[in-house]
Amino acid sequence: MSEPEGEALSVAMEREFPFPPERIWRALTQPHLLEEWLMKTDFRPDVGQAFSFSAEWGSVRGEVLDAEPHRSLSYTWGDDHLRSIVTWTLTPTRGGTLLRMEQTGFRRDQPRYFMGAKAGWPRFFDNLEQLLAKIA
Amino acid sequence: MTPASRSVSQDAIFRTLADPTRRGLFERLCRDGEQTVGALTEGAGISQPAVSKHLAILKQAGLVHDRHEGRQTHYRADPGALRPLVDWTREMTEFWRGRFDALEELLNRMDQ
Repeated sequence: MSEPEGEALSVAMEREFPFPPERIWRALTQPHLLEEWLMKTDFRPDVGQAFSFSAEWGSVRGEVLDAEPHRSLSYTWGDDHLRSIVTWTLTPTRGGTLLRMEQTGFRRDQPRYFMGAKAGWPRFFDNLEQLLAKIA
Repeated sequence: MTPASRSVSQDAIFRTLADPTRRGLFERLCRDGEQTVGALTEGAGISQPAVSKHLAILKQAGLVHDRHEGRQTHYRADPGALRPLVDWTREMTEFWRGRFDALEELLNRMDQ
C-alpha cells in the first residue's frame, strides 16, 4: 500500500488487490457489502442519487457524481459546512486490481461544490501547500 | 478520530477561506508580513470598511491577529492557525487506512 503525495487538503490511498475489478466494484457499491467495511448505507451507484452513511459516531451524507461500472466511482461526502469529494478508481493489473481512493476537501477542477468558491483556488493552494509544509 | 469529529475550528477555517477576498487578504499578510488596514485596502479593489469587515472575520477564525498603534490597526497572519487543515488530512488518512484494511478482509471472504 502506498499513499501518493496529494495536494493540500486531499487524501489519497492506493492498494492492489488480487481480485478482478468486478468484485471490488460490488464491495464499493452494494449496501450489504459496504456495511461490512465502511458504514451502514442506502447507497446506489446512480448519478444524482443521494445517500447516507451512518455509524456509531455520526453520519455522512452524499450524492453520486459519477459512476462508471468496474472503473470509477465518485461521490460527495460531507455535512452542511464542508463537502469533500471521494473518488474511487479501479485499474486492472496483471495480478488483480489497483484500487485508488482520493478525497479532496477543495478540488481544483470542481470548485462549484465548495460554497461558491471561485477562481483563485489553485494559486491559493500552491501557496497554502508551502505554508502547511512549514507548520506540519 | 473519525470524520465526524472534525472540529469547529476546521469548519470556521474552511468557511472563512471560502471567500476569495478574504483568501487574498490572508495571502497578502502571509507573503508581505504585518500591514495596516490602509495598506491592505490599496489594491484590494474594495472599500476600507469592507476590508475591515473581512479582517474581522479572519480574526474571528484565528487566521490573523491585530495590533493597535495610535489610530492605526496593524494586521498580521498566523499560518499556524491552518493547523486544523493539516489535522483534517491526517484524520482522514487514518480513517481510510482502517477502511482499506476492512475492505481487504471483506474481499478475501466474498463469494466470487
